[in-house]
Amino acid sequence: MSHPENATVFLKDKARAKWHDETLWIVREKRDATIHQIPEWEKLRELASQIKDHTLSKLDFYLEELEKNASANGIKVHWAENAEEHNQIVASILKEKNCKAIVKSKSILTEECHLNPYLEERGIEVVDTDLGERIIQFLKQPPSHIVMPAIHLKKSDISDIFHEKLHTEKGNVDPVYLTHAARLHLREKFLQAKVAITGVNFAVAETGEFVVCTNEGNADMGVHLADTHIACMGIEKLIPRRKDLGVFLRLLARSATGQSITNYNSHFRSPSPGKELHLILVNNGRTKQLGREKFRNSLKCIRCGACMNTCPIYRRSGGFSYGSTVPGPIGSILSPGIDLKKYSTLPFASTLCGSCSDVCPVKINIHEQLYEWRQEITKAQGSSLKGLSMKLANGIFKSPLAYRLSGKMMRASLKSLPDSIIYNPLNAWGKGRNLPDLPEESFKAWYKKNRS
Amino acid sequence: MSSRESILAAIKGLKLEEKPLPDIPDFEIADDLLAAFTNSLNANKGTVATKEEVEKLIEETTFLKIYSASPAFEQYSNCQIPKHPADFADLDLAIIEGQFASAENAAIWLDESNLDLRALPFITAHLVIVIKKENILGNMHQAYTRIGLTNSGFGIFIAGPSKTADIEQSLVVGAHGAMSLRVVIL
Repeated sequence: MSHPENATVFLKDKARAKWHDETLWIVREKRDATIHQIPEWEKLRELASQIKDHTLSKLDFYLEELEKNASANGIKVHWAENAEEHNQIVASILKEKNCKAIVKSKSILTEECHLNPYLEERGIEVVDTDLGERIIQFLKQPPSHIVMPAIHLKKSDISDIFHEKLHTEKGNVDPVYLTHAARLHLREKFLQAKVAITGVNFAVAETGEFVVCTNEGNADMGVHLADTHIACMGIEKLIPRRKDLGVFLRLLARSATGQSITNYNSHFRSPSPGKELHLILVNNGRTKQLGREKFRNSLKCIRCGACMNTCPIYRRSGGFSYGSTVPGPIGSILSPGIDLKKYSTLPFASTLCGSCSDVCPVKINIHEQLYEWRQEITKAQGSSLKGLSMKLANGIFKSPLAYRLSGKMMRASLKSLPDSIIYNPLNAWGKGRNLPDLPEESFKAWYKKNRS
Repeated sequence: MSSRESILAAIKGLKLEEKPLPDIPDFEIADDLLAAFTNSLNANKGTVATKEEVEKLIEETTFLKIYSASPAFEQYSNCQIPKHPADFADLDLAIIEGQFASAENAAIWLDESNLDLRALPFITAHLVIVIKKENILGNMHQAYTRIGLTNSGFGIFIAGPSKTADIEQSLVVGAHGAMSLRVVIL
């Protein structure tokens, strides 16, 4: 399904769509309030952008550094060319450990690789431990936002599913009550798990360590109780030096939710004695994107979600409308690189207002890349209906006579055009919009009468 | 060709021109670091407490199981680090020492030398971190300078209690880990 079709489904519930829009805007405002307390904010964005640009320009070197240093620390490093191989590596570790149930903290990469269904097909129970992710896992839904996975749901939805799955009181929608019910349920899972999976926010080449940020502490609850920790990262998550973390940790949470930092920022350098630590480095199309000069710097993304919270289209169409693992503006420039045909409508799901680029903490020129993708897609698709109408317009504007005649015709016919044609589902411009009142005469005719 | 080789070969094949790696300059910090730290901690839903307040809390509440890695509260510790971390699932209170903190966001640095057990600050129901006033730094850059290249298997910035806003953006404290964080500044 295309983005407009999916967005139509989202917009059917007008009240909920309005709430979604307003809620995300509040997050954007919180971000603004926090960053205004940091006079060097713009300088930090510039530094982060330069550090990422540098890293991407020497990615092979830093990956080898990371591997060397992480291995010396006792981390087992794996390489995966694609999603399938990533999943196979995870499954083989679980098999070796004879493990039938795992706990997993939030990882957009494992979503991208569809790890959960892969493991479930092999009889392994996967428990997502981030509260938002657990909620959508119960509902068998993907995340609709990369930082706030259940932002599309109301507390009554959550109360209903918790009543069914966790036997909470029917109709009790108190967030404190529901969160504490989830705490008890997940604690049991944490205490039993032998293997824990996490994502990676940043990996440091210099020290061979990686950093995971959460507010809930769910990543830490998982890995410190389990015997084996598997961390999965895209190869673009690298930074050269430990001190670079200072720049990125200042930017990440402020951009994401307007907090000054996440409450837990864990640096994993070597396994606890007697335990195992695995790090899987995943390509899955990233080297291809690195080779596309115009789109290369989309790989700087640190997955804060700020571009989603500010985007007038994302706020009004919901994360599911994009049909891709990463939705919103950044998803619309990453996804076409993975499958141009499948995601061909995403770069058009934008007003090109540039707000995404303005808030991006690593200064990705998102709106410019959206525009670039549109051109790639139009080239790949050949002539479109829009192309035809442009050709027609070209003919009309070339000939003064054709212009005069067509203007007259339109003024006459639009007046008598039945609503069923204007507000026909085929006419996208008739949705949510009204035609302006038509003037009786053209400007030219009016000028002749009044001024000449 | 292994995936390792194919990924590295694909990158090398692009022959990208090296871009410069910037230095990180010093930035201005708050004049009153203690006040800035306290504000940041409150925003993260943690609180500053005096040693006496924590002692009173311990004496007046029914904390059955307490573990202190901090000499300042040694006398209240009534259990040992278990062989398996899950055996601390009923821990009521953990008291640990932080090395230093960043005032801009109340992030307190701890590593394995402070923790005794990696799971300790997460599995406990309530957490107290003790830091020295002179160890409150300005910002994260100063904190990383202080960390330098020290080598610990695990290190963490803790900035507040476990919290979530995943249900309709309502902030709830006590998602999985510690349900409260008190910071004692000595």
